[in-house]
Amino acid sequence: MKNKFIEAIESEIKTKEIPSFRVGDTVVVNFKIIEGNKERIQAYKGLVIAMHRNGASSTFTVRKLVGDVGVERIFPVYSPRIDSITVERAGKVRRAKLYYMRKLRGKATRIRERRKGF
Amino acid sequence: MVKALIGRKIGMTQIFTSEGNVIPVTVVQAGPCLVTQKKTTEKDGYNALQLGFDKILKSNHINKPMGGHFKKHGVDAYKTLKEFRVENADEYQLGQEIRVNVFAEGDIVDVQGVSIGKGFQGVIKRHGFAGGPAAHGSDFHRAPGSIGMREWPGETLKGKRMPGRMGGKTVSVQKLEVVKVFEDKNLLLIKGAIPGHDNSIVYIKETTKKK
Repeated sequence: MKNKFIEAIESEIKTKEIPSFRVGDTVVVNFKIIEGNKERIQAYKGLVIAMHRNGASSTFTVRKLVGDVGVERIFPVYSPRIDSITVERAGKVRRAKLYYMRKLRGKATRIRERRKGF
Repeated sequence: MVKALIGRKIGMTQIFTSEGNVIPVTVVQAGPCLVTQKKTTEKDGYNALQLGFDKILKSNHINKPMGGHFKKHGVDAYKTLKEFRVENADEYQLGQEIRVNVFAEGDIVDVQGVSIGKGFQGVIKRHGFAGGPAAHGSDFHRAPGSIGMREWPGETLKGKRMPGRMGGKTVSVQKLEVVKVFEDKNLLLIKGAIPGHDNSIVYIKETTKKK
């Protein structure tokens, strides 16, 4: 358990509603991008391959393929730059970290869908 | 008001700026401190305040010499005492409380504490020596090498960097920014890392470095 003073500070940050998602899910992260003085929202869709749970410092890693190149982005869960997160598809996986996905291409990267009860 | 406090390091966390950037911060429970002694030019040759932190609750935890000191100045007993220089000590009263609100967001401070003890360490960890190759028949791995037995210098020079006790020393870190002040909880958020392990005593004061 964390120190009560640190928890008090982190509870001020952790006010945002975060939809529940797990490693193996396909999510869309709507990320605010500031260009000059304009602000727009960019959607980033991909597979959650890792979650780092550490209170207000928690992050998650989203992997997608752009053309043939794998792109991974690490988002802080409680970042004010994240507008919203939507879960597109729930995946059933047996690992906490899906780093093996980096070696796989095409058909091998399929993940079974998680249905009720799992 | 004197910009100095005694505090206890709580630990580290992160906070976000409004732009969404992450700032690593150390949480310090700072103060409230009490003025336990005033030092003046007439009496002591210089101006300073002695601050006390963390009240001693049981009277049998105070030894006789310290008890006498507190009694002389008519203040309660405190576990940690530290002197801080001030311009004029007469502006303050004995027993005056110094709270965390002497600092404000954006202040630049110096933090002093005792670094984490690392025990007896070799030259690679202690002084950043490069060491030798790990393999290919190398016999020279983490040893310090020659310490001076060539024609010159022919002796081991004083101050030669060698293995030994590392850490556990008083360290000051200068020019750290105060990110946030929680007056009700007596907490300070200081940007970056500060010396010492969690729950260790640290001294915070306004920076002596020029801008």
